Amino acid sequence: MPTLEIRDLHVAVGDKEILRGVDLTVSSGETHAIMGPNGSGKSTLAYALAGHPKYTITSGSVLLDGEDLLEMKVDERARAGLFLAMQYPVEVPGVSVSNFLRSAITAVRGEAPKLREFAKDLKTGMDALSIDPAFAQRNTNEGFSGGEKKRHEILQLELLKPKIAILDETDSGLDVDALRVVSEGINRFRGLDGSGEGSGADTGVLLITHYTRILRYVKPDFVHVFAAGRIVEEGGPELAEKLENEGYEAYTKASA
Amino acid sequence: MGLETKPLSTLHERSSYNVADFAVPTGREEEWRFTPLSRLKGLHNGTAAASGTVDVTVDAAPEVTVETVGRDDARVGKAYVPADRISAQAYASFEKATVVTVPREAVASRPTVITLRGSGGGAAYGHIVVKVEAMAEAVVVLDHSGSAVYADNVEFVVGDGATLKVVSLQDWDDDAVHVSHHHAQLAKDATFRSFVVTLGGDLVRLSPSVAYTAPGGDADLTGLYFVDAGQHLEHRLLVEHTVPNCRSNVTYKGALQGEDAHAVWIGDVIIRAEAEGTDTYELNRNLILTDGARADSVPNLEILTGEVAGAGHASASGRLDDEHIFYLQARGIPFEEARRLVIHGFFAQLLEKIEVEEIRERVLAAVEAELAR
Repeated sequence: MPTLEIRDLHVAVGDKEILRGVDLTVSSGETHAIMGPNGSGKSTLAYALAGHPKYTITSGSVLLDGEDLLEMKVDERARAGLFLAMQYPVEVPGVSVSNFLRSAITAVRGEAPKLREFAKDLKTGMDALSIDPAFAQRNTNEGFSGGEKKRHEILQLELLKPKIAILDETDSGLDVDALRVVSEGINRFRGLDGSGEGSGADTGVLLITHYTRILRYVKPDFVHVFAAGRIVEEGGPELAEKLENEGYEAYTKASA
Repeated sequence: MGLETKPLSTLHERSSYNVADFAVPTGREEEWRFTPLSRLKGLHNGTAAASGTVDVTVDAAPEVTVETVGRDDARVGKAYVPADRISAQAYASFEKATVVTVPREAVASRPTVITLRGSGGGAAYGHIVVKVEAMAEAVVVLDHSGSAVYADNVEFVVGDGATLKVVSLQDWDDDAVHVSHHHAQLAKDATFRSFVVTLGGDLVRLSPSVAYTAPGGDADLTGLYFVDAGQHLEHRLLVEHTVPNCRSNVTYKGALQGEDAHAVWIGDVIIRAEAEGTDTYELNRNLILTDGARADSVPNLEILTGEVAGAGHASASGRLDDEHIFYLQARGIPFEEARRLVIHGFFAQLLEKIEVEEIRERVLAAVEAELAR
């Protein structure tokens, strides 16, 4: 049963400490929402877990299925089953979506998918997310709108089927229709769309968001409030309701 | 432009068939300052003995005629007058010229491949004329390989409404020195496509230039180079718009890796006062893959009329973008593979421009081989 265990994680950018002791365990079958004001360190947590070179782990530990995640290179983490849907997906000139996805699937599965199978999976995935099939031949994320980039991230989530998915503000910048399409994709991945497909109980989701809006579509089991680089309150879905009504003011004041 | 800087247009004024009209370069001249003269093996100062051999063979399309002619042939040197010392030296020294003619309204059914194979020794000099008559169409490949100290001039004469597509592949051995001028002369409504690929050689200095004799000419010059340790690969482009309503587009991209890998790109575009309605753009990008490599990139655009349709230039040299690599790695793709994908992507749009599939595959394979080093 896949588990991501974060213990007393401290992360700095340059000399500045951003995360100051994060403790969090995400087990398969669970969806955790991390909510917090801007600048509280939510995205730092996401990128530090993925292994972005800008972030330095100063202390603490992270285990994925008991393996030391922090010892792994960026690509090793992904192959171990960690996925980060990025807030700002990167444009990669000259590398087509199709080529990119095929390379990623090959790397994660350890063998190249059969061409026909890949084409079918890609088409199914794109249809489900209302992505124009022509995007397969376009350069990765290049010239995509914000919504198109986010759909493309969820397409990768569904194709790569990680053990633990971190979704960093996947809802930001989406209109209501796009939010619904993207949320349905996340629910398919969680195996909660009623189809019996998806990875279901084998996967855990860490959903990072500023707004409660997406939580109406993607129901969390746990809600954590992030402020000033650590988790300051935890609860069930009802905590999101409270944040919806009261905002983050109480937390930002307390931590200031 | 500082007080010391001469207008671009004055730099390209000198031209002559006579070697003596050009002083021996010292390396301080604007047009020679990037070139390591000591590695030219005497091509620039008259000390290179013409004792080497570069064999020229032509595999021509059936519609195309090929002749080997003497120095006195009227078609030789008609479109182009040498513009620097080595070019004049080559013009003064070659013995036989190759003339490829695509007759009026003929459409060549397959590429005409001119193979230039160096077999060592001292210097060799050459001259090629490719003449595409009115309304004709052809693809010509110049395929350079082997070991040589070679200076030559190539004239592309593109007639009214004609189309010429050229691929020039510099795939020399590690010790080769090649200094070459490629001059294209475009008549009314002529189309010229040049694709230059420079990979091998100790020193390659290639100067493609374009001139227009009537309105409606359209030139597209694309280049790809991969510079390894110790190599000096230099491309000097000159597009001179002297008549109205012509178009030019220049896109050169290179990657560099290894100690003392040196790329030079000079892109000169002049729009003369009479060349109203000109549309031009030039771009150079360099991807520096390791420490110790150096790219010099100098775009120059001189506009002497206010009535242009478009004119611009861009140049950038930089390293692999860490964010590109991170994104690919974050999807499980190992670093080496991610790097290969990004570099491949850097060249991808250029490679798509090579219409001859066989050549595209070969260039692609050559790039892959460079990446595997």
